[in-house]
Amino acid sequence: MKGLLLTALAGTCALGVATSTGTALPSGYDEIYKADQTPEEHRDAFRAYFKDKFPEVTMEEYANGLYALPVFSSYRQEWEESMDFPPYQDGLDRGQQLWETEFPNGKTFASCFDNEGKNIAQRYPYWDEERQQVRTAEMDLIDCAKENGADYPFVSADLGKDQKARVQLAELTAHFYDLSRGQPIDIDLSKEGAKKAFEKGRSIYWSRRGQLNFACYHCHVDLSGNNFGGGQPLSAGLGHTTAWPAQRIDWARIETIHQRYATCFSQVRAKPYKHMGEEYNALELYEKYMSGGLPLTAPSMRN
Amino acid sequence: MSRRTMLMLAALGGLALGPALTASAQDASAGDKQQAQSPVEQGKAIAMDRRKGNCTACHQVPGVEFHGDIAPPLVAMKERFPDRDRLRTQIYDATELNPTSVMPPFGKHRILSEDEIDKVLEWVMTL
Repeated sequence: MKGLLLTALAGTCALGVATSTGTALPSGYDEIYKADQTPEEHRDAFRAYFKDKFPEVTMEEYANGLYALPVFSSYRQEWEESMDFPPYQDGLDRGQQLWETEFPNGKTFASCFDNEGKNIAQRYPYWDEERQQVRTAEMDLIDCAKENGADYPFVSADLGKDQKARVQLAELTAHFYDLSRGQPIDIDLSKEGAKKAFEKGRSIYWSRRGQLNFACYHCHVDLSGNNFGGGQPLSAGLGHTTAWPAQRIDWARIETIHQRYATCFSQVRAKPYKHMGEEYNALELYEKYMSGGLPLTAPSMRN
Repeated sequence: MSRRTMLMLAALGGLALGPALTASAQDASAGDKQQAQSPVEQGKAIAMDRRKGNCTACHQVPGVEFHGDIAPPLVAMKERFPDRDRLRTQIYDATELNPTSVMPPFGKHRILSEDEIDKVLEWVMTL
């Protein structure tokens, strides 16, 4: 037993994982994040890191989250089987039903969006120059209901606390994204406000937080492909948000990406930010941009 | 004498008394409790507690089935850490030894108390 463990020790040292002796991180790591990079340079370096780390994985495969990584092939098998009859289907059906339900004034959600809401989700979140804010799909859906006199619970609920209201919104948003399934993500950073939001999201991603002192990049860049505590595989940051809103196996319901952010923050014992607040909007914009070019796969099942 | 020396003597004393008390006591469970209360046993309990050390989230430990593969396995600890203080620092605040470490600062961020760290240290040194 001791012999096996010693071999494992040698293995982790060889991989360059940070050990008690302070071995260097994987090569090229320092190139990913630099203060004076353009977003494009940052994203190119991000992609290059993962291409180097997982040479067998094609860019498009990253849209499948943790299942893209060869080391998680057994999880992938279970995922592929579950996608034959996806557990999220009921929730997605409810979302579609809500999307098609008439407001008091006779209109439906489609009336609020370009192209009746089809093939546009790949541009979300976007910077609204007029309102000077980042807009997510959830926000536009809420406003659509509000402006048309549809008083659904999610219009006024505290989404951080009201799970029922939030899940109804998540299901609706899942259908919205489903209407754009396969579209390559395309986030517009041409405006100054968009660039600032991107920087805000980036600084959140690369900052340590919480009592456990983790940054997002620790698990989803450095340790992508590793496992926590047995049965908690760590996905690559490249590909994040392509499948959201998503249904995690344990949760047995479709959830918003901000809910995933909030639970992740709680897991590192950091105080979560507000649902649809500036911080998570910025983080979502950042992650979406960094997954630019990848096809939308939302909703999907996730571990 | 230093706090550490006192603690070690107390630990050794506890270990020495344990079997003797078990032998004289009629109640076997009281003796078991005495054994379980050794600093090494307490340290292991703290390390295995998911809300406290939760060490196997990242480290492989002999005899524990479910563990992460984030960090080096806890083996040959005395050989790897001939300096106990260095190992204590690793637990207290790993970033002192490696600024990019992902290991949570169990002491600095008060995830564990000083006493709990001392006990975990006792246990880790037996691996």
